[in-house]
Amino acid sequence: MSIPLIYNVRSVRQRWTSGIVAVLGIAGAVGVFVAMLSMARGFKATLVASGSPGNAIVLRAGAASEMISIITVNDVQAIQNAPGIERGEGGPRVSPEVVVIAAFPLKKTGTDANVQVRGVSPRVLEIRDRVRITQGRMFGAGLNELIAGRNVAGTYAGLDLGSSVKFGGGTWTVVGIFDAGGSAFDSELWCDALVLNQVYKRPQNVFQSMTVHLTSEAGFPAFKDALTSDPRLSVQAERERDYYEKNSRALTTMITVLGTLVAFVMGIGAVFGALNTMYSAVSERTREIGTMRALGFGGGSVVTSFVFESVFIAGLGGLVGCAAVLPINGWTTGTINFETFSHLAFAFRVTPGLMGIGIVFALMMGLIGGLPPAIRAVRRPVAAALREL
Amino acid sequence: MKFLALILANLKRKKVRTALTIGSFASALFLFGLLIATRNAFTGGVEVAGADRLIVINRVSLIQPLPIAYRDRILQVPRVTAVTFASWFGGVYQDERNFFPQFAIDPATWRAMYPEFLVADAEWDEFMKDRQAAIAGESTAKRFGWKVGDRIPIRGTYLPGVWEFNLRGIYRGSRPEDDTTQFWLRRDYLEENGPAWFKGLVGWYVVKVANPDDAPGVIAAIDERFANSPWETKTETEKSFATAFVKQIGNIEFLILSIGAVVFFTLLLVTGNTMAIAVRERTSELAVLKTVGFGDTLVLWLVLGESLFLAFIGGTLGVLAAKAVAPHLSSFMYGANVFLPASNLALGIVLALIAGALAAALPALSAMRLKVVEALRRV
Repeated sequence: MSIPLIYNVRSVRQRWTSGIVAVLGIAGAVGVFVAMLSMARGFKATLVASGSPGNAIVLRAGAASEMISIITVNDVQAIQNAPGIERGEGGPRVSPEVVVIAAFPLKKTGTDANVQVRGVSPRVLEIRDRVRITQGRMFGAGLNELIAGRNVAGTYAGLDLGSSVKFGGGTWTVVGIFDAGGSAFDSELWCDALVLNQVYKRPQNVFQSMTVHLTSEAGFPAFKDALTSDPRLSVQAERERDYYEKNSRALTTMITVLGTLVAFVMGIGAVFGALNTMYSAVSERTREIGTMRALGFGGGSVVTSFVFESVFIAGLGGLVGCAAVLPINGWTTGTINFETFSHLAFAFRVTPGLMGIGIVFALMMGLIGGLPPAIRAVRRPVAAALREL
Repeated sequence: MKFLALILANLKRKKVRTALTIGSFASALFLFGLLIATRNAFTGGVEVAGADRLIVINRVSLIQPLPIAYRDRILQVPRVTAVTFASWFGGVYQDERNFFPQFAIDPATWRAMYPEFLVADAEWDEFMKDRQAAIAGESTAKRFGWKVGDRIPIRGTYLPGVWEFNLRGIYRGSRPEDDTTQFWLRRDYLEENGPAWFKGLVGWYVVKVANPDDAPGVIAAIDERFANSPWETKTETEKSFATAFVKQIGNIEFLILSIGAVVFFTLLLVTGNTMAIAVRERTSELAVLKTVGFGDTLVLWLVLGESLFLAFIGGTLGVLAAKAVAPHLSSFMYGANVFLPASNLALGIVLALIAGALAAALPALSAMRLKVVEALRRV
């Protein structure tokens, strides 16, 4: 026969001070865990969102990132004739790109941070079709004009629409603001690649990467094979998504490892707290337990009952912890991405899945914190327990 | 002190509870140690920055180079006593995850610029003799198990090919917070064997000024000298350079402080609750103590002492464990220098004691105010 669950709920209410302590202890661990993971998720999501499923990026063979890759204009000619590339009215949908870094003062702290400046083809909006100009207009081909990602204008001083800035030996005008749907491009400045090469006194006709829009996602293997089998080319092609996913890996791993470690240690602390609470609950109720045993409740059902009580407390803690971190969902923060050496804004993402993991983590703490005291509860002989004060 | 035995005896009564409370303190302080070490890893560069050193970089950004000819022109600036330069090598050892900073340095001037990095004279002489030589920091050498004399292949990322270096020495830091993850190789070797576009350019200059007070004047003088040239410069003190870099990483202080606050608050609750239970269970006993002549204050101190004792033991265990674990975090953090100096350990133990005192304050007060007659009348 099992003990009614309402017995446990009532007894938690009876000793609510200890109960609250245990709940808060577990809530703290769960909250930190979910918050750290939501940061890692947000960072990763921002980079992964930068890749469109139908796009591929071409780099020099062996180059891990755009920063260290070279694509010459001859490569560009050869690549744009490869099969699988979508063709519009103005020719193949490709964007040979150049990336440089320029330092601008952060609004918040006044210190400089690196912004990635991407020289693109004037037709880039046909290739990155999720990017929209929200204010102003697109830059003009061959002009010293910039369009700024929506996070750039908010994060850096002096990059608002219409303002002019000096960097790299040229004066630029910000003529538009674009929205790239929460991806890494939102933290970038875009301009004409040819102008950027000129202003930075880089060799003309040398690019760093080339992004191509494919007719279909399934066309990627054929496109890739065509490039690798072309004897004129020494390049590699990747799906844009894979490229950005790889770029996010180092930082995501760091946050996840640190976050899990912190949560794990906090979890141990919370389990100690829960054990203390449950041990004192058991010892305060020795007589009660003896009475239940005398009434005929078996050892198994007493253990189940106490474990349930602990899991119930932990579950409450998990809910409180998740609820407490829910408001950070959508908070925007920024960090330097060491893969590109530039500043990247991203938002925390508290997803239902993540909260689910948090609750499971809480329930596990409850189980570990409740089992030993529950076993102790039934170990005492009934007669001795009843004699207790 | 003569009551220490009494406090210990009380703690021994419920061994499980004592162990669990010590465990709570230990896990909280272990975390504290890890958080502080993480913070140190990111901000360490700011604290060790030399007050008399300036960094000169390309105005556009850190990754744009400067011409090597600037060296002599910087040296002509009044109050500048020494100039050295370096380039970023940015190679990969075995695997991309094995990140550590590699600097191509000027062998003639580097060592004098950074007196805090200690290299044995014999090793430095070897380094000067061999163009393919390299010197690694203690922690990087330890991480990969390198010994002096090893040949180390590093695959270039922006410089093509695999480069091999002879490890001729290992440098140590004179302070625990000094960064010993760097890997120095000779710039003249790269200059000779690198591609044409690499020649004649350096990554950044480091300038020593006669007196830290000269820094603002020298900064203005250097930047003015190169203004309106194709390679404009941006000169900063080493400290503000490091600060700006840390700020880019994000608001680490805030992150660490908020996690720390949650941990501290949780710890207070857990131990406060435990002490309250301990006092409640012993109400009649405390009354007996008072009856036989123990003063109110003494009873207060008995309860506080118990908590402080637990805090001290748990806190010490926690920070020591953190000190042991911290260096292993380095490989997840871009090879950063994760360290925990003695002052941080002491701060941790003090914090634990404060938590212990705060947690026991209410139970101790209620023990002090306990009325003997009423307490003895209860069960």
